[in-house]
Amino acid sequence: MTVTGAGPGATSAVDQLLGRLADDLDEGFVELVRGYQRPVYSVALRLTDQPCDAEDLAAEAFLRAYRALRDFDAERIARLQPRPWLMTIMLNVWRNTVRGRSRRPEQLSLGDLAELESAELDIQARTELNEQRRELARQVARLPAAQRAAVVLRHVVDLPIPEIAAAMNCPEGTVKSHISRGLRRLRANYLADGQDGPRRPAATPAPAGVPVGRRVQR
Amino acid sequence: MNTIDGDPIAGALGQLVVDAPTGLVDRLVARWVTVPGPVGEIRVAFTDLGICYVRATGTADEFARSYRSRFDRPILPADRPPAGLLTALRTGRSRTLRFDLRGLSAFEREVLVATLRIPRGQTRPYAWVAGEIGRPRAVRAVGTALGRNPVPVLIPCHRVTRSDGDPGQYVFGAELKEALLRAEDVDLDGIRALAAQGMHYLGSDTTGIVCFPTCHHARRITAAHRRPFRNVSQASQAGYRPCRDCRPGQPVPA
Repeated sequence: MTVTGAGPGATSAVDQLLGRLADDLDEGFVELVRGYQRPVYSVALRLTDQPCDAEDLAAEAFLRAYRALRDFDAERIARLQPRPWLMTIMLNVWRNTVRGRSRRPEQLSLGDLAELESAELDIQARTELNEQRRELARQVARLPAAQRAAVVLRHVVDLPIPEIAAAMNCPEGTVKSHISRGLRRLRANYLADGQDGPRRPAATPAPAGVPVGRRVQR
Repeated sequence: MNTIDGDPIAGALGQLVVDAPTGLVDRLVARWVTVPGPVGEIRVAFTDLGICYVRATGTADEFARSYRSRFDRPILPADRPPAGLLTALRTGRSRTLRFDLRGLSAFEREVLVATLRIPRGQTRPYAWVAGEIGRPRAVRAVGTALGRNPVPVLIPCHRVTRSDGDPGQYVFGAELKEALLRAEDVDLDGIRALAAQGMHYLGSDTTGIVCFPTCHHARRITAAHRRPFRNVSQASQAGYRPCRDCRPGQPVPA
């Protein structure tokens, strides 16, 4: 089961899931993980930029969710909005733990092996697409924390603005401005070499801690 | 504010969604099975890293509940036992099993790893475990750590006994400890009789080696050649050296 989007169909799927969580927490929790692991892990991967850190982050977020659920009564569970709630927990975990680690002297990410699986494309096209994705992922990883979180939640896993505001615990206007600044910065860096993405790696990797975007003309 | 519809960046970002690694559910949710143990059935919980919890008493519900309250993690029934568990229970050898001992202190883990080396059918005093991990004075702490052993039976804390011949306390009660030892053919009556005379070690006058009474070398000594000792120092004075298998300790200089 995958829970995506926020249409009427998705709402009833969420209600079913919440019902199962209330009936049998552990069984329901497995469905919660199966239903949301894709968006949760995708966000974790973009936040940490390292597959093993991302798995740790996603696992820790789900585990904290379980521990919170153990204390919730049926009414509290029924009011739950799983997706923004899980994202909130994960952003907190990330702020408190993983972000510190991922700020160590910048390692060159070799790209995510998980992304090498788009099987139907021929090798040439796949290599090109993966190179583009990897470059974009690199640029996302260089965004300041708040912009990165907002951009990833909005455009990688397609969360609506109100859910992002809830997850980041800030006003919607702030979310919008994080997103638009983040996109502007990405656009300037990623598309610097033309619409179809850069062929060469970013000319000079920015020293750790210096936001790349500062060099960009507005 | 810019409109971002049709923005190539926004579209490309959408392609950064990836599948979660396959083992995420197993990493979060432990599984449990009921299997035949040496005395009655036992319930065994395990994670993707190994066996993490064993209980020999109580219902399935109580088992799951006690797991959750101890670990604060989800647990569900398993389809089948983890690899090697049934063999380990049949042979009494758990050394090849994988254990998940996260959540224990380094000291507690060391105690359990040393305990895992005690062969089936043999016993060791608490002081032996303390000596094995290089903390000879931490005898009480060893007792406490064994009392918190999350995986009894499989990590055989029942094979750690008091030196006065009494098997001592056990997480599942002293009776079950005695039953487990008898199921492994430990001669508890013989050990008690020996301890009643103040003797805790056995030497062979043909080899000149002194052992714990349950050591497989000691059990092979024929009655005519069996020499009981109070301690290793006394044996040493009589010209005996400590067994290299059961390692009953070094003589204490007088």
